[in-house]
Amino acid sequence: MDEFSNDIKSFIQDLEETFRSFPGCVGIAAPQVGRFERIVLVDISHKPQHNNHGFLVLINPKITFCEGSSLGREGCLSVPDYTGKVERAKSITLEALNENGDKQEFQMCGYEARAVQHEIDHLDGKLFIDRLVSRRNSLSKRIELSADLKNESG
Amino acid sequence: MLTLVGKDRPGIVAEVSRVLFDMKGNLGEASMTRLGGNFTIMLMASIPEKINAVEEKLQPVCDKLGLFFHLDEIEAGLHQHVEPDVRISIHGADQAGIVALATDALSAAGLNILNLESDVGGYPESPVYVMHIEGVASDGFDTLDKALQILAREKDVVARITPIDTMVG
Repeated sequence: MDEFSNDIKSFIQDLEETFRSFPGCVGIAAPQVGRFERIVLVDISHKPQHNNHGFLVLINPKITFCEGSSLGREGCLSVPDYTGKVERAKSITLEALNENGDKQEFQMCGYEARAVQHEIDHLDGKLFIDRLVSRRNSLSKRIELSADLKNESG
Repeated sequence: MLTLVGKDRPGIVAEVSRVLFDMKGNLGEASMTRLGGNFTIMLMASIPEKINAVEEKLQPVCDKLGLFFHLDEIEAGLHQHVEPDVRISIHGADQAGIVALATDALSAAGLNILNLESDVGGYPESPVYVMHIEGVASDGFDTLDKALQILAREKDVVARITPIDTMVG
């Protein structure tokens, strides 16, 4: 994606409207509405217990650094009814353009980092169900990871 | 609901699901796992034929594979998933009655268990019991947390509770 036409801006408005119509949802990616461009929106600010950067428009998002891992439960507008445990990097450094084409960089961790990784996966055709951790594996891993989970949800 | 158990061997899932498929069965959610040397299946299926007819078709395959099975008619449908809101882990030296004690305390504190997995690890001379539970805290998180702390103190186990904050994106 390298053009910043009015068309893109109005698409982002439409995408945000769709996103806001699902209360509790923390992100949406353009391919989820059938548009194959590398645009995602993320907003976890309605969950103030988690550190966040507010409403984010991320165009051509790229994770340049990631560290740690944590297990958390994810669901998806594109996979109604189901949720599953997914392993994600605990903290990331993210580069992206905003809706004006300005380059931005973010450091994020925990819940917000999880949301961004989930949305970027959509751009690459991946769903959380492609990354599910099996029951038996999570059984042996969760003990060592439970401290992380506590941090992330606290 | 098909409940099935027997000595583990390759091909159980394939042969059983083939029988159901040949009867135009539509399979729903299932739990299939190996426990000890056994393979266990609990499977929801919607099959147009009568339960007796399903039994007759399953019997020869299960006889051949050495499996016990049981069929129940149940009421179930799509979109009935209940989301857990707490995850509880309990571990400690294996002791008689720990599951009963723990689940009794949790149940009294309002926990509705949706999923429980347990394992015995450690060394044969000092086994460690591990239990992971996911469920719904119907009387709130703090009530459960209190019950769990009392359990941990009295039974000398490590018990942790964490809220499950499902991220929907």
